[in-house]
Amino acid sequence: MSGIRLLVGTRKGAFVLTSDGKREKWKVDGPHFAGWEIYHVKGSPVDPNRLYASQTSAWFGQIIQRSDDGGKSWIQPGTPPGEPTTTPDGMLKGESNKFVYDTSPQTGKPLTTHQWYDGTQHPWEFKRVWHLEPSLTDPDAVYAGVEDAALFRSSDGGETWQELAGLRGHGSGPRWQPGAGGMCLHSILLDPKNSKRMFIAISAAGAFRTDDGGKTWKPINQGLHSQYIPDPKAEVGHCVHHIAMHPKRPNTLFMQKHWDVMRSDDAGDSWREVSGNLPSDFGFPIDIHAHEPDTIYVVPIKSDSEHFPPDGKLRVYRSRTGGNEWEELTRGLPQRDCYVNVLRDAMTVDSLDSCGVYFGTTGGQVYASMNAGDTWSPIVRDLPAVLSVEAQTLP
Amino acid sequence: MIRVVLPHHLRTLAHVGSEVELELNDQITQRTILDALEAKYPMLRGTIRDHVTQKRRAFVRFFVCGEDVSHDPADTPLPEAIATGTEPFFIMGAIAGG
Repeated sequence: MSGIRLLVGTRKGAFVLTSDGKREKWKVDGPHFAGWEIYHVKGSPVDPNRLYASQTSAWFGQIIQRSDDGGKSWIQPGTPPGEPTTTPDGMLKGESNKFVYDTSPQTGKPLTTHQWYDGTQHPWEFKRVWHLEPSLTDPDAVYAGVEDAALFRSSDGGETWQELAGLRGHGSGPRWQPGAGGMCLHSILLDPKNSKRMFIAISAAGAFRTDDGGKTWKPINQGLHSQYIPDPKAEVGHCVHHIAMHPKRPNTLFMQKHWDVMRSDDAGDSWREVSGNLPSDFGFPIDIHAHEPDTIYVVPIKSDSEHFPPDGKLRVYRSRTGGNEWEELTRGLPQRDCYVNVLRDAMTVDSLDSCGVYFGTTGGQVYASMNAGDTWSPIVRDLPAVLSVEAQTLP
Repeated sequence: MIRVVLPHHLRTLAHVGSEVELELNDQITQRTILDALEAKYPMLRGTIRDHVTQKRRAFVRFFVCGEDVSHDPADTPLPEAIATGTEPFFIMGAIAGG
């Protein structure tokens, strides 16, 4: 019988929630890496037992963890306990957390500064990995979206990382600037029909696309309008919170921007607003039903000044029309005195016949719906603040 | 024999107890201790000092014989008590919170 594994990253560790295909009873395993911020945990689509986790700390920096047994045990890639501390050719191990911006003249157009809050130029400084996106075809290949915004790739299971410098080398780089949460590359979408194409999004620069495997990048922000940017056709500077793609229709993208829910049907070349009747079009996550490419989910948040649900009611909104027409989903969710937030990577879906939808809150709840959002119930209520949730549908 | 006391989270990463022992033939300085520590426990590379610049991470501090030596040059010789193992070299996470 198939099963579900939820990979939950929190402010104080990672948790693995598992259930069989009925999704009625859940086992909560964790915390893994107790006390550390776990920004993201995600499994390889090729080998579901291969998991990657971003473990980070203001004190001790970035750590990459890998599991080869579905989260039962973890290693820092390249440095298992008890093994030699050098490679056969004498090189020291311990590179799995080494994210060094490419400044070589051979690749891309190396940059050394971006725009700072006061408008001056500021050096690029690595802070943490926000998002890990395993390859669709190779369990040893994985992309990392980092703060300060850049894209890295590992082809050896996370042991070493190389920057895809063409993104930061795009001519707009000096005009990128951090949002309130930092200048983070938080979304990575791999096109399942075109191995050379991928999409990324950065706060607060915008969305970008590559059609040549990451060598060169194009900003794809036409149609986005942001109040704080005077130029209505600004190429970059948009605070994109999250983007989503259905694997069967990779030219259609959905976006939760700082304000506005947006849709593109031409791989990001142009966008139109589909906020429709949402009570607020501010929010962080956006996700798509596993079997219905036009069924999308958002969690409206009151405003950028008040990061909690309108009226103290936690409501998921679902559109079955690809946007514009939204219905509120409330059954099983708190409808009074609720002031949690749902962060950008904290919503996910499974691919069972009756699509499961899951999200975690900053209050530590992980809610699940086994019927595409009609009704909800908490799997667990009192975890640390949830940063990310990823579902794996296991055979 | 040099004794090094690690903060909780780094013990967990290195799979060790509160104190580790290092054998050094070089002059005993912050740099030679950290070099030896990272060679023995490569999973700690990048957690105490930056991979490239080798600068101490901002919220990590070093104490020897009751003194904060975090701001001392990395190549300053450390006291004999550290070299003999009478006193440990403390690596600490800065206190945060209220």
